Amino acid sequence: MKTIVSAFAAGLIFAVGLAVGGMTQPSKVVGFLDFFGAWDPSLAFVMGGAVTVHMLLYRFVTKRSSPLYDDAFHIPTRRDFNLPLIAGSALFGIGWGLGGFCPGPGLVSVPSFGIEALVFVGAMVTGMLGYKLARG
Amino acid sequence: MEHFTPFASAIGGALIGLSATVLLLFNGRIAGISGIFAGALFPGGEREPWRWAFVAGLLLGGLGMALLFPSMFSVTYDRSIWMVAIAGLLVGVGVRMGSGCTSGHGVCGLSRFSPRSLVATLTFMATGAITVFLVRVFLGGAS
Repeated sequence: MKTIVSAFAAGLIFAVGLAVGGMTQPSKVVGFLDFFGAWDPSLAFVMGGAVTVHMLLYRFVTKRSSPLYDDAFHIPTRRDFNLPLIAGSALFGIGWGLGGFCPGPGLVSVPSFGIEALVFVGAMVTGMLGYKLARG
Repeated sequence: MEHFTPFASAIGGALIGLSATVLLLFNGRIAGISGIFAGALFPGGEREPWRWAFVAGLLLGGLGMALLFPSMFSVTYDRSIWMVAIAGLLVGVGVRMGSGCTSGHGVCGLSRFSPRSLVATLTFMATGAITVFLVRVFLGGAS
């Protein structure tokens, strides 16, 4: 139960942050990626703010031997570069530039019932399922 | 051009960094939204209710913000719905293949100096920028 409450709170704060930061306006995302046009650097401040806060607090949290509600931290440890990492990220970037949504803002925008967000998330789930089935 | 909003964007970013810290401190988990969401949709062996709780927080937070500040969810570009659908498919496949998205690689990965996440972030920023450029040049898509 405790893990549900903290994860729910984290999701709630994340959603507010995305909306306040401007990430749920896909035209703003497209403007941020438009380095060669009318560049809107706002979203660099979202990334900068998030990384600054998390980088500082991450060091304190991981000094603990374990998280508060679990026996151990679940932090990825791989350090190798492989083709799926790069090809997958490249495909994701193309989709991000085409639609202006990444997964978080897409999900957070679903309750606003905009047709773009609904179509995006439906297609994203289809893509995730397709990849899972293709990998077997 | 959209309005430049450095202050609101930095506040929003700080909240995202705080959220990632809450999930790490209490649950010991990385706030990678694509991984959490896919894990909730297609569970593996163990049942992990925290994934659905996090997604529920995202959705309820989105609902609250949409009711209070509908302008934060305005869609003002002229991308066709077919482009948005293709975008969703590419994002769905890409984030699973690449093991993460803007939150997991961009925020959490960069915060802990993960070299994989740095490569992933530079890659999706680059292909995203090239895509926006090509759409503007060839399709005249307003940005």
